[in-house]
Order: sequence, then structure tokens, then C-alpha cells
Amino acid sequence: MSSVTTADPAAGSTATTTAKVEIRAVHKNFGPLHVLRGIDLDVRAGEVTVVLGPSGSGKSTLLRTINHLEKVDSGTVSVDGTLVGYRRSGNKLYELRERDVLKQRTRIGFVFQNFHLFPHLTVLDNIVEAPVSALKRPRKEAEAAARKLLERVGLADKAESYPKQLSGGQQQRVAIARALALEPGLLLFDEPTSALDPELVGEVLDVIKDLAASGTTMIVVTHEIGFAREVADTVVFMDEGRIVEQGPPAEVLDSPRHERTRAFLSKVL
Amino acid sequence: MSLTSDPPAAPSLTKEPGTAVTTPPAPAELVVVPVRHPWRWVAVAATAVLLTQFVHGLVTNPGWEWDVFAAFFTTETILRAVWVTLQLTFHGTALGFAIGIVLAFMRLSASPFLRSVAFGYIWAFRSIPLIVQLLFWFNLAYLYKELSIGIPFGPSFLSFDTTGLVGEMSAAVLGLALHQAAYAAEIVRGGVLAVDEGQLEAAASLGIPRLRQVRRIVLPQAMRSILPNAANEIISLFKGTSIVSVMAIGELFYQVQVVYGRNGRVVPLLMVATAWYVLLTTALSVVQHYVERHYAKGSAR
Repeated sequence: MSSVTTADPAAGSTATTTAKVEIRAVHKNFGPLHVLRGIDLDVRAGEVTVVLGPSGSGKSTLLRTINHLEKVDSGTVSVDGTLVGYRRSGNKLYELRERDVLKQRTRIGFVFQNFHLFPHLTVLDNIVEAPVSALKRPRKEAEAAARKLLERVGLADKAESYPKQLSGGQQQRVAIARALALEPGLLLFDEPTSALDPELVGEVLDVIKDLAASGTTMIVVTHEIGFAREVADTVVFMDEGRIVEQGPPAEVLDSPRHERTRAFLSKVL
Repeated sequence: MSLTSDPPAAPSLTKEPGTAVTTPPAPAELVVVPVRHPWRWVAVAATAVLLTQFVHGLVTNPGWEWDVFAAFFTTETILRAVWVTLQLTFHGTALGFAIGIVLAFMRLSASPFLRSVAFGYIWAFRSIPLIVQLLFWFNLAYLYKELSIGIPFGPSFLSFDTTGLVGEMSAAVLGLALHQAAYAAEIVRGGVLAVDEGQLEAAASLGIPRLRQVRRIVLPQAMRSILPNAANEIISLFKGTSIVSVMAIGELFYQVQVVYGRNGRVVPLLMVATAWYVLLTTALSVVQHYVERHYAKGSAR
């Protein structure tokens, strides 16, 4: 285990261990569509990686393979040195039982574009659900932790509200708190601000920036170039199922080496 | 009228200021006159007349024999029959929905075999009229003298005498439940399919155990679309229990028939049964309202 304990007090009451991610030769097809065409990517523990690219470039699919929401057709994904979704024995990869995959996912937080909060549960119950049922935490303890997380995302007064009573930005902040409740070593964000009204984007990005500073490993798929520039340690540009280039934001965003990257940036900047 | 490009509109503007005798009222002071609906009032009057005639008939026509109705409404025979009807409904619903939930998840499963078996069951039990099924169950002892649990074509471990195990009442419950299960399965499946896929993804991404996902995330949300249909089914089963009278089980409708067979007071006794069915269906509707409200938590409508 090559995990790092964060020194930042903002990380919360419990020490969060952060995980590294290694993606090797990942291919994925949707029927005749070759969505991922051999992806190799390393994310060091505690780093923030922002994935950019036009729609249909495979960035969301790549993100979803990391917690096995999407099965890969070939190649491997490992988080903190452990294969995700498979067990390797010799030259074979054995698919894990659902139970074991679910257990692996408790170490990986995922934030969806459309929040996917549970509409029939209060904000507090949304956050408490996974720690109680997946990690078998006592409810009291989980609730206390949940309230702290709500405070951290600036929604301490919304614990008893239902998701529909909140704005989009507030819902996404609850979704982030829900993912954090498992104290994951890795956080995946799938276009976390794309479903939000423009004036609500900032509040969500602020929360994510705050998390980035706390030292959790994060992979963020987004269209927010300014956010990438400010927060990312590494920017990855994808197109047509391949990683076109990657590097520090100053390099990829300001002096891209590839024509394709330049063309994309000129459109979104 | 303010600025228009129409020259003919000009005259009002050409008036010398001060020549106007009264100043026009401000927009806020204008009185709004709603549209009149005279024909609606005609329809209301006609309907009221018909309704009064109907009530008048109920009250004054001696054929209804309200005294006989009152005398029998709460007699022990009738009350006991109402109880049997309620039991048939309760057990039929409970067992029917229990089997239905299993069938629904079989139809949603990844295994083609389980899917086909559930589909076949639903196809068969929706195709056979309930009354025919009930008579089959009633005659089960004729087909199979004893029922046993064991290896197919091999030895059996447990066996029961059919007539002893499947009495009239359980034959009726079984018939109703198996029939109900086919419909319940489709209602539950529809409800589960109506839950946004993102909900399952979110639950999966949080590592929530599978059974817990179903119980805590999927079913409560599915309940919103299951409930109205399920209530329909329960109410129709409740009234449908009257079909069991063909098996000479002392439920409400059968018992009423027995009584009017003896005393010849057909109409008031049918009214006794009707009143009970209406009363209890109303009670079920009230329960439905509260259960639906419970599952509507957190939703805007």
C-alpha cells in the first residue's frame, strides 16, 4: 500500500488515505463503437487530474471504468495497487463477485453530472446510507460525521431537507458530501457542473477546490478550463478514445503540442 | 392606446389637452367581468332533477325493502361472511404480491431461463379465466391424490394428503393468489423500471449491498408508481372474491345468496352485499391515500 496520509486539517476528523491510480491498455467497445482505444494513465496519490476533451471522446467512460461502473473489454485499472473489478491469477483475470466490487467501490467516491441523490431520503439520510449499510458504521456516529461534512460543504442547515427542495448547486454539494462520507482515497467527478445554471457553478467548484487542497486524489472530467488551470496538477486531453496529450496545465493549456488540442482549446476558451 | 404607426389612430391624440371632460380610469381600477356560462346552469339543473328522482326512488319504492336490509345488514351470518371475504382478500393479496415480487425480479434478471419461466407463468395465469383456475384447484385432489416434495422422477422426502392440505379455503386463496401474482408481477416490474437508472448507479457507486439497494433505494421509489395500480388490483380482488362463491365458500356473496334463497328477499339482500362492498372499498381507498402520501415523501407532486 503506497498511501499517503494528508497533513491538512481541512481533510476532516479522520485521516484520509489517498490512492494512486494506474490504467493500462484499456479498451472498451459499445457495440460497434470503439470508445476507449488503449488508454494508459497514471495518477499519483494526492494529485488532481483534470480530463478534458470534446463530447464523445470517451472521458466519462474512462472515469466510469475506474470504479467498474463500466466493465473494460481489455486492459487493467488498479487503484492503490489493487485491480478494480478483477482478480489476477497467472495470465487470467477473474471477474469479481458483485459483493467484492461493491466493497472496492467504498474506497472510490463518484460524483455524477446529474447528482443522482436519492429523492425519497432526506439530505442526512442520503449521506448516512452508505456508511451505515456498506461500512456497518453505527448510525449515530455516521450522522455526526454527515453533519460535519454538510458543514464543510456549507449546507449545515439543510440536513432535514429533501433533495428536491434544494437548488442544483446545493444538490451537487450534498452529492459530494455523500461521496466523502465513505472517506474514499480517490474521488471521481463526472462533469460535476455541467447540469448547473451558470451562477451555481462557482459554489460547486469552490467545494471541489477545497477538497483538492486537502490532498485527496481526484480525477475530474470537466469543461471548466479555468478550474483546470487553477487546480489541476495534470491536465489530460482526450479525443476519439485516446489520450492525445497530458502534462501540467501551463503546458497543455497554454502551449499544447498537438493540433487537435489547440483546436479544442480555441473553441472552449 | 399609445404610440402606433397607424395614422387613423391619431384623432384621439389630436384632442387638445383640457377638452376631455372625464379622465379615463387607471388600468388598476378597471373592473374584470368573467364570461357567463348559462348552459352550464341548465346542465346542473337537469342533473339535479335526475339525481333527486333517483334518491326519491330509493326512499319511496317499497321494493327496496329497507327494513329487511336493516335487519340483515349486521346479522352474525353476514358479519361472518364479511370476515371470510376479508380473509380471502388479505391472504390472496399477501401471497399474490409475494409471488409477484419474485416473478418481477425473475423477469428483470440477467438469466434468460429465469426470465422465460416468469414470462411463461405470467402468460399462462393471465390467459386462464380465474373461475376456471379456481375450479381446477378445487378439483386438485382428483388430479393428485397426494403432494410430495422430492427429486423429480426420483424419491420423495415429504408427502401430504391433498384433500387434507388443500382445503376449500386454501384452494380458494391459492387460486386467487396465483392469479393475482401474474398481475402483481407486471405491476411491480413496471414500478421498478420506472426508477431512474441513475439511482442504481449511485447506489452501486456507493457500494451499498445489493439487497439493501433494492429495499432501501429501488422499492420505495418504485412504490410511487406501484401503489395506484396495486390498490386497483387489491380492490378488484376484494370484489373478485365473490367469484369464489362457485366453490360454496361462505364469503359475502355466497352467504347472501343462501339467505335470499331461503327467504326470497333478493333485492334487499343484494343491497346488503353491495353496501358492505362499497363500505370496505371506501376504507381501502382511504388507506391507499395515506400509504401513497407516505411514499410521496420528498417529491414535488
